Amino acid sequence: MIPDYLAEFFGNKFIGYLIAAALPLFLWILPYALYAVYAERKVSAFMQDRIGPNRVGPKGLFQTIADILKLIQKEDIVPASADKPLFVMAPYVIFAGTFAAFAALPFSSIYIGSNINLGVFYIMAVSSFSVVGILMAGWAGNNKYSLYGAMRSVAQIVSYEVPALLAIVSAVMVIGSLNLNEISEMQTAYFWNWWIFGGPVVGIKKFLLIIPMTIAFIIFFIASLAEVNRTPFDIPEAESELVAGFHTEYTGMKFAMFFLAEYGNMFVVSAISVSIFFGGWQSPFGYLGNSLGISWLIPVEQVFWFLFKGSLLVLVQMWLRWTLPRLRVDQLMTVCWKYLTPYAFINLVLIGIITLF
Amino acid sequence: MIEQYIPLILAILIALLFSLFLLKASSWFGPQRPNPEKLSTYESGMEPVRTARERFSVKFYIVAIMFIIFDIEVVFLYPWAVNLKNLIDLMGFFIIAEMFIFIIILLAGYLYLLKKGALKWD
Amino acid sequence: MTLEQITFIILALIGLTSALMLIIQKNPVYSVLLLILHFFALAGFYLLLNAQFIAVLQILVYAGAIMVLFVFVIMLLNLSNEEALKDPFNLRKIIASIFGVVLILQFGVFFFIKAKDDLNVTISPNSIEAGSIKKISEVLFSTYLIPFEVTSFILLVGIIAAIVLAKRKFE
Repeated sequence: MIPDYLAEFFGNKFIGYLIAAALPLFLWILPYALYAVYAERKVSAFMQDRIGPNRVGPKGLFQTIADILKLIQKEDIVPASADKPLFVMAPYVIFAGTFAAFAALPFSSIYIGSNINLGVFYIMAVSSFSVVGILMAGWAGNNKYSLYGAMRSVAQIVSYEVPALLAIVSAVMVIGSLNLNEISEMQTAYFWNWWIFGGPVVGIKKFLLIIPMTIAFIIFFIASLAEVNRTPFDIPEAESELVAGFHTEYTGMKFAMFFLAEYGNMFVVSAISVSIFFGGWQSPFGYLGNSLGISWLIPVEQVFWFLFKGSLLVLVQMWLRWTLPRLRVDQLMTVCWKYLTPYAFINLVLIGIITLF
Repeated sequence: MIEQYIPLILAILIALLFSLFLLKASSWFGPQRPNPEKLSTYESGMEPVRTARERFSVKFYIVAIMFIIFDIEVVFLYPWAVNLKNLIDLMGFFIIAEMFIFIIILLAGYLYLLKKGALKWD
Repeated sequence: MTLEQITFIILALIGLTSALMLIIQKNPVYSVLLLILHFFALAGFYLLLNAQFIAVLQILVYAGAIMVLFVFVIMLLNLSNEEALKDPFNLRKIIASIFGVVLILQFGVFFFIKAKDDLNVTISPNSIEAGSIKKISEVLFSTYLIPFEVTSFILLVGIIAAIVLAKRKFE
């Protein structure tokens, strides 16, 4: 494992672990977030038959870096009527929640921040950080848009947590583990061993599992879109009615932090989907390192596949954002409580019956 | 043991330090020229009216209650689901019946909610 | 000192300060946020006791769900300031202080006289097993089957009570 290797390299356990814990932030979250924002703008431009950012750097590749440099020079405004301590703390809480989730993601067989047995459960639990952060931000701003945005946002996030947890639990019935690294390890060899294709189960059961597992994935994916406040569930920050939702009053770098956390969360929910349903860090068709006989190449490939699959799902989220119109609040609640939750329950029973065979 | 959670604590620590660095950087590079207009609450360009912290609709309360109840129910499903194969070996189909009763009772609650129209948001 | 002891002291400090501040605080929103901090400290204690599953539940259910309910209730009642709710009646304070003192004395007797020797127990390797989700499931669905089924009734009562309270809205 990388943390132990680093600890040995520096001769100090603490420094090694600290560096290992910081790796996902500097090697993945920051570059990913920069280019996810760029990709979002390019995707939206493509879908609306525009060109998108094209001035800064070749094909506008450095646009987001320029944006960050601009934001860093902006004045940091705290409204006079705001509750200052909470207003300042909210971005910290939200970003800490996002990054705490990254600490339990299995990037490869040799790198996972903390290989805890309740990985999936832990990530769902730390998402409550962002709920707290959103409430803090919305309430502290003392702005009507912020507070309405925050209340809607929280109501939506907590509502959709139920179908999300149910979809995961129905998959867990077959998998029999909550440890993300273990789940990834199970889906070894080829892509037909991924849980969405019935997993490494043999016989008729595997084919019976394909449909309920796909349903579980779709329910989880829809619910996770709502959890990260993406269209079609972006009522909390519906520009046309609530300006920017809970972060209306935020400027400059604080605003950028919310943006960073939003894109980070998009990757976290995608990574959970990938780990449970799409084989985690496993390659869909064997490893190049194995056939060439270079053992150090395997972990590199694993990291690549994990990030590639995760980014692909993030891209799907963007695609949906620019395709679907926004739901109304009543439709949002109906979708969650009258459709997703009962369907997730039926799916749970279905998978339960299949497991009995 | 407790060592297992050190990376999680470190991750939160790093996140906080990194946020601190970013926000400090913005105070180094950004101007600080506040004025009363700039510091007033944003309300689409109008003068802010009253405070934002008004009373909220009871609908939010219903959503929160429903969430807690179903959340706890799902949480009970987790130990059952993770260990299902083992439990079937230990107790046979009785274990399925147990969960069946648990879910049926809560299904009654769900149908009651549905009938009362509590799941409607209008 | 071992790592466990240091963690314990830090968590105890966080837990006690947040609990105290939560009561002293006049602003109810601050109280709720301090309550969450307290829940996180409690989750840390569960981790120290090797009860991983309970620790995660503590965060998921209490810091996630109960907190949202509290905030919504505060918003519902518009408890922007607790001053308005202040009770001029002083007898309650006196009775509360008497009970408080008795409670502190009881704790003192318990820790320094009765349980003095029991406090130095080392964690047995069995306890690591006992806190795992698999072990919990084996016990929960056999030995504690009746309490488990009763839980669903309690949740049902919760649903009905919430609807009855907010009923006028839906008719």
